[in-house]
Amino acid sequence: MAQAATHESHSSDTAHEIHSVVFYVKTFIALTVLMVLTVGASYFDFGGWNFIIALVIAITKAAIVVLYFMNVKFGTKLTWLWAALGFLWFVLMFGILGDYVTRDWIRLPQGW
Amino acid sequence: MSVEAEHSGHDHIHVSHQFEDIDQQIESYIVGMWTFLVTEIMFFGALFLALTVYRSLHTDDFNEAHKHLDKLLGATNTMILLISSLTMALGVRAAQLGNKKATQMFIGFTLLCAFGFLGVKTIEYKSKWDHHLIPGPTFAFKSVAEEEAEAKNGGIEATPPQQSTPTPYGGNQLTPTIPQGQGAKFVGSASGKDEIAFDPNRQQLPQDGKQLFFCLYFIMTGLHAIHIIIGIGIMGVIFFMVKWDHAAVKDYMPLEMTALYWHFVDIVWIFLFPILYLVGH
Repeated sequence: MAQAATHESHSSDTAHEIHSVVFYVKTFIALTVLMVLTVGASYFDFGGWNFIIALVIAITKAAIVVLYFMNVKFGTKLTWLWAALGFLWFVLMFGILGDYVTRDWIRLPQGW
Repeated sequence: MSVEAEHSGHDHIHVSHQFEDIDQQIESYIVGMWTFLVTEIMFFGALFLALTVYRSLHTDDFNEAHKHLDKLLGATNTMILLISSLTMALGVRAAQLGNKKATQMFIGFTLLCAFGFLGVKTIEYKSKWDHHLIPGPTFAFKSVAEEEAEAKNGGIEATPPQQSTPTPYGGNQLTPTIPQGQGAKFVGSASGKDEIAFDPNRQQLPQDGKQLFFCLYFIMTGLHAIHIIIGIGIMGVIFFMVKWDHAAVKDYMPLEMTALYWHFVDIVWIFLFPILYLVGH
């Protein structure tokens, strides 16, 4: 927004920019394509890769929704921080689970 | 206020006295909503963690059980939610532009999608009921392959659970095994009362993993459906506030908050759909 530049202090960037209809429709089409991909991939057997493919596509879709539909991409730094916190929580939680999974990987000597 | 004048298209937004300017006000709205959404992420995150842990403990059972979920219905619902997310975003846009008619139309369409989603969900839950896949004493799992084989052999419907089988150590099995070809109904334990007591010595029953899958399925999709219903409530209120020119919706922010919530519900489904319906062979 041009008028944002005239405004001094706040990082107003484009926090409340009005996007075009095309912008939203493009976002929607990207999401639809990814959905078709993920359903299509489920009909093939890639072994353990099926789960990873599904997860990568899901994370991509979620990122698109957060950035474009939820407008975080054009949000203030504080909005970014909050959205990142949500993701960080997920990573932290599953990271801690990793501890339990990997405990058996190293055999400790008797008596420990 | 001079601040308002600088932002064309937002002239109608009133800056409350506690805020320095419109930017600070909008940021407060959005960060406040995101704080709520982060608690929601924690809430659903724990359930996704539970699903991950139990899937790793009962991988084969989960892979077998998930075949009962209809990919096509799941994909339909994904599509419905994506469309509703689009119409929601366009609704916010219309509100930003101050176009009342368009705002109402888009909220209305989003509401329709929400009801459509619940409709499809109902069909799915009904089919789980018909196949005895609701966790509890009547749970009687048959694999999709078994059911198809049965259907071929004279089109007999899947036999319902007939009666509870007493276990060697007294009490009831949580998941009664099904004696084939008997007509009696499941009526609880022989003594007439429901005794599903906790027994630390209970062996792992073959259906436990499958039942666990459906427990998680119903808890997670059920909670998601509750979020959809709450969304319908909020959108309904906003719809009429817009219709009656309520002072609170002169600002597009209430609708923007609703949209953030609605997109979040969409994101939860974006993860639920592949993890429950698609993954596992």
